[in-house]
Amino acid sequence: MSGRVVVIGVGNPLRGDDGVGPAAVEGLRGRVPDGTVLTVSDGEPARMLDLWDGADTVVVVEALRAGLARPGRLHTLTAADAASRTAGTASTHALGLGASLALAEALDRLPPTLVVHAVEAADVELGAHLSEPVRSALPELIDRVAASVRQAHGRDGEQ
Amino acid sequence: MNPHGTRVLRLDALARVEGEASLHLRVDGDTVTETRLRIYEPPRFFEAFLTGRGHTEPPDITARICGICPVAYQMSACQAIENACGVTVDGPLADLRRLLYCGEWIESHTLHIHLLHAPDFLGRADVVALARDQRAAVERGLRIKQTGNAILEQLGGRPIHPVNVRIGGFYRTPAPEELRPLAQRLRQAREDALETVRWVAAFEFPDAACDHDLFALRDPGRYAIDTGTPVVMAADGNGRAPSDIPLADFGQHVQERQVPHSTALTATLDGRRFLTGPLARYAISGRWLHPAAAEAARDAGLGDPLAGAVCDNPFRSIVVRAVEVVHAIEEALRIIGGYERPPRPAVEVPPRRSAGAGATEAPRGLLYHRYALAEDGTLTEARIVPPTAQNQTAIEEDVRRTVQARLDRAGPAADDEELTHLCERAIRNHDPCISCAAHFVDVTVERT
Repeated sequence: MSGRVVVIGVGNPLRGDDGVGPAAVEGLRGRVPDGTVLTVSDGEPARMLDLWDGADTVVVVEALRAGLARPGRLHTLTAADAASRTAGTASTHALGLGASLALAEALDRLPPTLVVHAVEAADVELGAHLSEPVRSALPELIDRVAASVRQAHGRDGEQ
Repeated sequence: MNPHGTRVLRLDALARVEGEASLHLRVDGDTVTETRLRIYEPPRFFEAFLTGRGHTEPPDITARICGICPVAYQMSACQAIENACGVTVDGPLADLRRLLYCGEWIESHTLHIHLLHAPDFLGRADVVALARDQRAAVERGLRIKQTGNAILEQLGGRPIHPVNVRIGGFYRTPAPEELRPLAQRLRQAREDALETVRWVAAFEFPDAACDHDLFALRDPGRYAIDTGTPVVMAADGNGRAPSDIPLADFGQHVQERQVPHSTALTATLDGRRFLTGPLARYAISGRWLHPAAAEAARDAGLGDPLAGAVCDNPFRSIVVRAVEVVHAIEEALRIIGGYERPPRPAVEVPPRRSAGAGATEAPRGLLYHRYALAEDGTLTEARIVPPTAQNQTAIEEDVRRTVQARLDRAGPAADDEELTHLCERAIRNHDPCISCAAHFVDVTVERT
C-alpha cells in the first residue's frame, strides 16, 4: 500500500539557475519507484495546491536567491522552514512557495508531509544555462530528492 | 518627513504584481514630479532567441515568456506565421483555439481577481490573510481557476506551457465526448463566476478616472479574443466610432522607444498615451458580450454594455475582469456544445519568403507578434509587443494621478507606507504581467 508521492520541480528552464528544479526532475526519471508523480511548475500558488491535492508526500525542488552567498549550496527544509525562509525574496518565486504554503495552511490543504530541497542560485538571467556551481550541485541534489522519495515510499510500506 | 533634503525608501512591496518591476516616485513638496516604472521584460531576449530558428518554433518558444498567459503568446505567434504563409485556420480548429484561449482567460483573470487584486479592496495584506476570513471566496476563486486549468490541460496537453499547439492547429484534437466533462465543470464555474461578479461589485472603489486612448481588437458581432482588427477609441472621442489600425500598419502607429529607466520599451499610439486590456475591450466590444455577462455587467454597475458603456475607473477593472470570466465561460460552453471533430488536427503551413503579423487579446491586453521568414521558413526577424509595455505610460500616469489625488486631500499627510500602498494598487489595477518567471518589485519613494 503506497501513498501518493509527488515531486514538483519549480522554476523556469530558460532562466538560468531558476531551471534547476525542472532539471532535477528530469534527472529523477527512472530513479524513483513507479507511481511517483514527477511534475514541474512555475510555482504559482493555486497550481501548487492543485498539484499536491491528494498527495501524502510532496517533495519540492527549487532555486533560492537574494542575499545568499554560496551558489550551489544545498538546503533541505521542512514545510515550516520553507514557509519562513521563502516568505520574502529568498525564493526565486516570491509569489511561490512561501505563499503557497501559507495559503495551503489557511485552507487546510497542506500535504501530510512536505520537504523542500533547494539550491542557492548564482544567475537567473534569461537564456542563461545552469551556472557552474549549480550544475556541480545537481547530482547531489538529485540524490537527496531520490532519497526523500524512497523514504516516503518506505514509510508508507511500513504502515 | 525629513525636512533636510532627499529621502529615499526602498521597499519590497509589489509582490502581488505578476512579474518583477520597480517603481520610483519623486514627490516635490505636495506635487508628484516623477513616476518611473521600471520593468524587466523578457520579449527582447526572446526576439533574439527566435531569429534563425524554424517557422514552426515560435508557439513553443514564446509560450515560455509568460507562465500566466502562454496561450496568448502561442496564438499571436501562430496567427503571425500563418499570416506570413497565407494560411487561414478556421472552422472547428479555430473554435478549439478559442476554447483554449477561454481557459486561459478564466485562469489568469481569476488568479488576478481572487489571489492578487481582491485583498487590496478588503484591506488584507494578501490572499493568505483573505483566506483566513473570507475562505469561501478564496475557495470559489480556486474552483473557477481550476476549471480554466482543466481546459488548458485537456486541449493544451498540460496545464503550463501547452505542448499540443502547433502552427496550423493542434497535434491532436479531442473527440466531442472528451470535452463533455469540461462542460459539466464549466456550468458549475458559471454560477461561481456570477457570484464573483456580485462579490467584487460590492467592493468600495476610490473615485478615479483615466483618459487614456483605448486600444483593443474589434470583431463586430463578437467580443474579440483571438480575432478582429485593432482599433483605437480616442479618450475625447465622445462616442465617435473607433478607428482601425490595420495589423500590417501596427508598427507605424504603435511606436516604441527605449527609455533609460527600463529595459522594456514604452509605447505610444499615434503619439498618444493609450491603454489596452479589459477596460479597452469593454468599451470597444461590450455590446457583444454574451447576454449573461452583459446582464452581470449591468447589475454590477458598469452601465449598459449594449449601449456602449465605458468604464474609466481603473479600480473597477476587477469588475470588468469578473464579467469577462463569465463571458469566457459562456463562450467555452457554446464552443463545446457545437463542436465536431475536424477531419485533420492541423492544416499545412508551408513556408515562403514573407512577413506576417498577428494580434490577440491576452488577458491583460493586446499582444502583437510579427515575423519575417526566409524561403525555407527560417525566421529572419521577430517582433513581440506585449500589453504591459504598451500600458507602461498609462500605468505611470495612473500612479501619478492616484498619488496626487491623495496629496491634494485635506487631513493628515500621507506617509511613505500609505503612498507605496497606493502606488501598488494603481499598478495592480492593470494586472501587469511583467515577466512571470520571478517576482520582485521595489518601490522607491523619494521626497524633496
